[in-house]
Order: sequence, then C-alpha cells, then structure tokens
Amino acid sequence: MKPASFDYHRPDTIDDAVTLLAELGDDAKILAGGQSLVPMLAMRLAYFDHLIDISRLAELRGIERRGHELWIGAGTTETTVGADDQVRQAVPLLTRATPFVGHFQIRNRGTLGGSIAHADAAGEYPAAALALDAVMEVLSPRGRREIAAADFFAGLWETTMDSDEVLTGVRFPVRDGRSGFSVQEFSRRHGDFAIAGALVAVQLDGDDRVSRCGIGLLGLGSVPERAAAAEGAVIGKLADELAPQEIGRAAMTDLEDVPTDLQASASYRTEVGATMVARAWNEAINEALAGAAHA
Amino acid sequence: MHEQPIRLSVNETPVTDSVEPRMTLADFLRDKCGLTGTHLGCEHGACGACTVLVDGDAVRSCLMFAIQADGLEVTTVEGIASPDGTLSPVQSALRECHGLQCGFCTPGFVTSLTALLRDNPDPTDDEIREGLSGNFCRCTGYQGIVAAAHRAAALGSVTQR
Repeated sequence: MKPASFDYHRPDTIDDAVTLLAELGDDAKILAGGQSLVPMLAMRLAYFDHLIDISRLAELRGIERRGHELWIGAGTTETTVGADDQVRQAVPLLTRATPFVGHFQIRNRGTLGGSIAHADAAGEYPAAALALDAVMEVLSPRGRREIAAADFFAGLWETTMDSDEVLTGVRFPVRDGRSGFSVQEFSRRHGDFAIAGALVAVQLDGDDRVSRCGIGLLGLGSVPERAAAAEGAVIGKLADELAPQEIGRAAMTDLEDVPTDLQASASYRTEVGATMVARAWNEAINEALAGAAHA
Repeated sequence: MHEQPIRLSVNETPVTDSVEPRMTLADFLRDKCGLTGTHLGCEHGACGACTVLVDGDAVRSCLMFAIQADGLEVTTVEGIASPDGTLSPVQSALRECHGLQCGFCTPGFVTSLTALLRDNPDPTDDEIREGLSGNFCRCTGYQGIVAAAHRAAALGSVTQR
C-alpha cells in the first residue's frame, strides 16, 4: 500500500504547471487534493513518474458571480464549496451534494475540479455538473478552451481533456425562476460510494409546466450519466400530472453498463436508482411548486 | 532516491528533514518523527485511523505526501493533550464514556472530534454521527463514542467559560 517512486513538482503558477505537464507528457499527472489519486497510487492502480502539485495555487481557488453564472476555481476545496453562501443561493444543488462527497476529512483536501476531472461514475460533482449544464474551463500551452459538461465525460475515469490540458475552473448556471433541487443517494455507510444515486434540477414556468429538467445519475454506469429520455419525457408537462415512480423507471431505460460488484448486482442497482430518481424528483418538484429554494 | 528537503511544524515543534516524495505524511510522522500515535489501518483513506490536523483541519495523513506538508503546521494525537499531560475535553470524555476499547482507532477519533467540535461546539446526534462516519471502530459499536462527543461538547463549553 505504498505508492511507487515519483518526482514531485510544485510550480508557482498554473501557466508553469501546464508548461511542465506538456514537457513531461504522459508520464506526469496533476495532483490536486489527492483524495482519489493518492489511493490509486497507493494501491498501484496508477503509476506516474512525475506528480505536478497544483493544490497550493491561489489562482485556482475562489467563487465568483459572473453574470448569469457562478465561477468556481478548480482548486476550491469541497469544504469551501459546501459552506459558501453564494453557492447556496446560486447553485443549491452543489451545496446539497457536498455532504455526500466522502467525509469531512476528505472534503478538507478534496477539490471541486479534482472531483470533476477524476470523472468517477459515483462522483457527486460530476453528476451535478451534468445535471446543471456546467461549463468546464481548461488550460494548456495552446491556450484556454471551454468544454460543455455534456461533452466532458468520456469513459471510466476519462474525460475529453487532452493530455496536456488542466481543468482550471467550472461555471455553473445561476438558479433562475421557480426551481427545485434534490440529491438522493443510497450507500451502506454515509459518505461511501453510493450503490446508486440521483440529482434532480427542475424549473417550472408560470403555468406549472416543466420548462427545464436535469437528472444526473450516480453509480449507474462507467461514467456519470444523465437521464436524457426521462428529462425529455417531462419537459412541457404539468407538474401535477407527473408520477415520480414513472420518471424513476424512465431514467433507467437508457443505461447500458450498470455495474455489478460486491455491493450490488446491476438489477438491484437499477431498482435502487429508479427509487432515488423518484425521491429526488418528488423533493425537487415540490420545492419548485412552493416557489423558492432553501438550501 | 530523489529526497527533497522539507521544513514543517509538528505539534508546535519545528522539524527539518528530507523525504522521498512518495512518503506519506503518516509514514513521515511515524517513522521519521517517532510519533507512532498516528495509526495506519487501510492506507487508502477509508478507515480514518491516520487522521491528523493540518493547519487546524482534519485530514487523512495517508492521503497526503509529507512533502505536501512543507511549511504547514501538523498536529497529531500526541499534540492534543496539554504539555503537562492533562487530557483534552475530547480525550477525557472518551475515557469517561467508554469511547474506546482496543484503542487502535482512537487517535483518529480524537483528532476528528477535536476538529468537529471546534467548528460546531454543540452538535446534534445526527451531526456527530455524520461527522464520525469517516472513522471506523471495530470494538465499541460507536455508542460510547457518540456519548463521548456529547460529553466533550459539554466539557468544552465549561472549559471555555
């Protein structure tokens, strides 16, 4: 359970970090909070000749309102995100997802960007980014570019970032109108990887019809999933006419590689997933109908 | 190979050393500083036995490399009691409430509870259980530990008056 040898680099700026990453190539890995990477190194699931530590870069930390979006620096710790008043008001889904991210000792080091770049299928922040249509800001020596959350998650622990790109920040749309949010998870122990979970963000128009809906799924594939079919089925419908259990079942129809492991079979996970979606839908739609969100 | 110098504070004592980058903070504390109160159960962040305070915040010392603690202040379980040996409210409460049996997990509970009660001096039962969800104990069944957390909160509020 000891990591293999590596060289350690702690550049002073993010520009230096991406330059170094480009120079060192595939033998190097970015180290942020290390709460997923270090266990993988310890268990020798991963091996790198070089680690580039970005955890002290102040320029990657911060939370800022930018027009209709909230920018969160990739290096902002999960503890900071979970406790921040601007996040609570502007992106309540993130506030509610945070207590499910590991344990408080993990959240003290773990970062928002690290969680999203790690792209674990059971990660809360990746699923929240998907459900909310967040925008990823990435940097390489070739410059900056943006990647929509829908285009970001590629496969098991894989993203569409190029090997010389680093996630520097994420922009989340600020909640608008009559909206509701909920996070529901089922796990053996609070803070463990969920057997299955769901995040729902829903918005209603003046006639109580669903005008926007994002459903993120946890632990139900090799990547964070979005339940597109279920979302499509509820848009334009009256809130009162939608049955949570049906939405839960619909959310499971697109899934192709639900994992089976020691914790749960694929069929059990799907059952749990449908129930989590139904519960999350119920809570979110009731909040939207009540007209105001309280994180 | 490739040792790099570090300078940090451990239990308010300055420490200067050199480490292989792959050495975790937990191994550094145990093997280089001789502070074997920090225990290693799983070495991948699940059990919580290795929890220490870094700049006051509870973290897993097995999920942080010693070199990352360069310039920071680390407090281990050895640094929780007063220099004269008087137990902290958390330590006293764990003893009073039978919050330990074999003691292997106890350093992680002491450091986690110390940080938890600093940030939330009067936690509810649910807040305590959620706060301690990242620490395994295989002896006590947790009831004594939760009772100790309430007791420590009461002792702490008395101490601060």
